[in-house]
Amino acid sequence: MAVATAPTTSRGQRTHKIHVTVNGVPHDVEVEARTLLVHFLRENLNMTGTHIGCDTTNCGACTVLLNGRAVKSCTVFAVQADQATVATVEGLEKDGKLHPIQEGFHQEHGLQCGFCTAGMMMTAVAFLATNPKPTELQIREAISGNLCRCTGYVNIVKSIDHAARVMRETAEGKA
Amino acid sequence: MIPASFEYAVARDVADAIQLLGSSGGEGKVLAGGQSLIPLMKFRLAQPGLLVDINRVKGLSDIRENGELRIGALVREADLDMNAIVRERYPILVDTTRVIADPLVRNMATIGGNLAHADPANDHPATMLALRASVVARGPKGERVIPIDEFFVDTFTTVLAPDEILTEIRIPKRPAGGGGAYLKLERKVGDFAIAGVAAMVVMDEKGRIAAASIGVTNAGPTAIRARKAEDILRGQSPDDKTIAAAAAAAAGESKPWSDLRGPAEYKLDVIRVLTQRAIRKAVARATGGK
Repeated sequence: MAVATAPTTSRGQRTHKIHVTVNGVPHDVEVEARTLLVHFLRENLNMTGTHIGCDTTNCGACTVLLNGRAVKSCTVFAVQADQATVATVEGLEKDGKLHPIQEGFHQEHGLQCGFCTAGMMMTAVAFLATNPKPTELQIREAISGNLCRCTGYVNIVKSIDHAARVMRETAEGKA
Repeated sequence: MIPASFEYAVARDVADAIQLLGSSGGEGKVLAGGQSLIPLMKFRLAQPGLLVDINRVKGLSDIRENGELRIGALVREADLDMNAIVRERYPILVDTTRVIADPLVRNMATIGGNLAHADPANDHPATMLALRASVVARGPKGERVIPIDEFFVDTFTTVLAPDEILTEIRIPKRPAGGGGAYLKLERKVGDFAIAGVAAMVVMDEKGRIAAASIGVTNAGPTAIRARKAEDILRGQSPDDKTIAAAAAAAAGESKPWSDLRGPAEYKLDVIRVLTQRAIRKAVARATGGK
């Protein structure tokens, strides 16, 4: 998490004013130092698309992008996101059009109960940005920090592969 | 789960971080990747009074090789994995970083934190023991270089003073004929090791093992060096009998405990088998293989 801008937080305090851009929208909010990023998103911003699953850094249901990197937001403090950008599942859809990863999960039936889906999709978005043409094994490795307790991994892998294909075709101007 | 309340400060540079830690009366903790510390705080197993966030300190995230390999303490596991020098010349580090936790955790977790946390279940300690690394610590009295053999004191305890910060890891340049490997058995991605073994060898021109070093994960209160195994390998050809004897010695030097990951007896056998495989892989890499 490389953050170039100087922090605005005051030093050695229990509460801090932070400036965070979530899905392109800037927020200036005062938070307790102990507020976890996932609680900040869900409770301060009322953005409940990011889920809390295990709360112990295992399941990845809370995955968001912090400055473009997929992280478990239950294991990052909100103050650490001061001056940073955060991307959540709510930001995937643009102008009523689903993101290719959402299309992929729709087309390939990539969800059953849906609890892990937001985290799965955010991990996949960051992964496909660095690896636009992944193998099945690479997809499986990439989502190895995200648990699906419906065990629907076969279709999740297909969904991510579907999105990769669509995104490649779009990039090549065929779509 | 919500951690107990604490004060938080962003360090501007290392000197600032040292000053902040010093002012906390021993209540301060460094926040780097946070992937071990924050879970401990959520369970309230750790309740630091002050967190000193070093994530914005510049100059702690570089990887350079001149004379030796120098890795900044704030290098993320994901970046260690992707580094060209590491990938080409230090595959043992790639082995190690890729089995730490999971890809999401590795986007935050740092190599310095993995060592300073001093969990015997962490993976870098055994690898650094095998690599004969040193760590650089900076405190109010200046900088000191600590050989890794002297760094770990006990579980979750190192020789670092409360106001000292681990800033860099130094690894001797890979010698001609040198090769290493780290192998870990885990129940699933993200779990701690049932056992893990790091092996480094230097082969001479006659195909004998001129030098060997072996580190073992989860084999006691800290990661351990299997010195008897190293002695058995030194000066010998890497034949099956020698490797089997060294592996048996490494298991003999290990003191794993029975837990949910298996009984101690089982783990000893895992250590024996992993040691054999790690030595073979290290020898293969030392002699030009993968």
